[in-house]
Amino acid sequence: MQFGVFSVSDITTDPTNGRTPSEAERVQAIVTIAKKAEEVGLDVFALGEHHNPPFFSSSPTTTLAYIAAQTRTLQLSTATTLITTNDPVKIAEDYAMLQHLTGGRVDLMMGRGNTGPVYPWFGQDIRNGLPLAVENYALLRRLWDTDVVDWSGQYRTPLQGFTSTPRPLDGVPPFVWHGSIRSPQIAEQAAYYGDGFFSNHIFWPAEHTARMVEFYRRRFEHHGHGAADQAIVGLGGQVFMRKNSQDAIAEFRPYFDNAPVYGHGPSLEDFSRETPLTVGSPQQVIERTLGFREYVGDYQRQLFLIDHAGLPLKTVLEQLDILGEEVVPVLRREFAALKPAHVPDAPTHASRVAARRASLEEVPA
Amino acid sequence: MTTRTLAVVSAGLSTPSSTRLLADRLTAATVAALRERGDDATVELVELRAHARDLADNLVTGFANEPLRAAIDTVTGADGLIAVTPVFSASYSGLFKTFFDVLDKDSLTGTPVLLGATAGTARHSLVIEHAMRPLFAYLRAIPAPTGVFAASEDWAGAGGVDAELARRIERAAGELADLVAGRPSTKRPADPFADVPSFEELLRGA
Repeated sequence: MQFGVFSVSDITTDPTNGRTPSEAERVQAIVTIAKKAEEVGLDVFALGEHHNPPFFSSSPTTTLAYIAAQTRTLQLSTATTLITTNDPVKIAEDYAMLQHLTGGRVDLMMGRGNTGPVYPWFGQDIRNGLPLAVENYALLRRLWDTDVVDWSGQYRTPLQGFTSTPRPLDGVPPFVWHGSIRSPQIAEQAAYYGDGFFSNHIFWPAEHTARMVEFYRRRFEHHGHGAADQAIVGLGGQVFMRKNSQDAIAEFRPYFDNAPVYGHGPSLEDFSRETPLTVGSPQQVIERTLGFREYVGDYQRQLFLIDHAGLPLKTVLEQLDILGEEVVPVLRREFAALKPAHVPDAPTHASRVAARRASLEEVPA
Repeated sequence: MTTRTLAVVSAGLSTPSSTRLLADRLTAATVAALRERGDDATVELVELRAHARDLADNLVTGFANEPLRAAIDTVTGADGLIAVTPVFSASYSGLFKTFFDVLDKDSLTGTPVLLGATAGTARHSLVIEHAMRPLFAYLRAIPAPTGVFAASEDWAGAGGVDAELARRIERAAGELADLVAGRPSTKRPADPFADVPSFEELLRGA
């Protein structure tokens, strides 16, 4: 099982001292956080894509390439890549390029974006959100899977004899996850292609996530990619830890109370009960996280959100230390012991290259 | 004998509340009217005051917490609904509207509804027609033709209720009972996974 962190790249005022980091600080901080993630033994760093303040991450491949150059094992991913408003040709090129530069340490998570206005900024219409996600992704797959593409669709100019370069590394495109909070159609899309399904998980009650993942698993099996329990599932999670759980709650509360997404609403206690948010000791985080498996089944990737809501870099790095030293080693061991042998690990470039070789060898000469 | 479920939403804030009082009268009259038509009724009351904070939280987080979810399931799963609000600033109260704001927009489709409102003065008596009816039209619910408005003065008649108000309550309850008794029972809450098109359909633009 893979463990990591994901960032939405928000620039938020620290509510405890009124200080707002500059873009320059947050951009450097994200590089520091990603490097630290590898240093403490995490597997994945995923970065969001936004095109409006208060977010800074408009160009994830630039950032991820810069991080890749300073890391050795860290898997680089997105959270999410806007499949609706990005030109699929550019996604195909950018991420194949990143895949080559990083030696295959890249995968992507597709999303539709969190804000309506982003559509017209890129010449699109939010009313077409879902069909854009469907058509653009179908084209992206073609561009990666086929060397020369003739194509025409609703939302982009046709392509004649087009070859997206560079071709995917070793003939194997980056693995794709589809992220969704509430659209079963996206779970259906992930299932259709046999891609991964990532449930944001952190903003809604667990039973909602459980239903989405169950639906995705059922459809994954329906579309012939394996048994339902072999579908590739990732989950978000949100934690804040201190040795003493009361200290964790006291320190995190002002950040929670003023957080851009859910602040000024439910209490920290209510939200912790209703959603997977866990604020407390490392042991509490371990127990809660192991509990996710009980309602989504054995899953392949767990990403934590730890650098949001104005938390200072120093605190975020401390959280990474705790994750790396006390939490993830235990989770790795416990999850591995529970996972049946027929449930696959999260796909990596190496495993996908091996699978491709095996399938080519099966073809009779 | 069919047993119907009646959900009653009252947005009254004080105790005792004339909104709750009207809701109770409408409920009793509807249960009696259903009995006359050969149906039994189970009544589930949702006092929105108890969910004031839950509703504010839902606006901020985008999901209903557990107590609110139970109230929503009660209302959206009922065979008939009685919805009563006090008039605030010439319309339904914000609390009343917020409850219907957080419902799935399709969850009351085809549900018979009896509309009621209370106010300090009869000058607000058209609030049911100009504010409540459009809301339930948007939700594609089926409001009974008679809405019941009660001003303070309407509670002053013999036996605590003005004879005119009593007659309106009877008539409205009869209309709701006709709508409820005339339709198939056991409505289920909408299932977002029930009719997801297959991917082949999505690719074709379905």
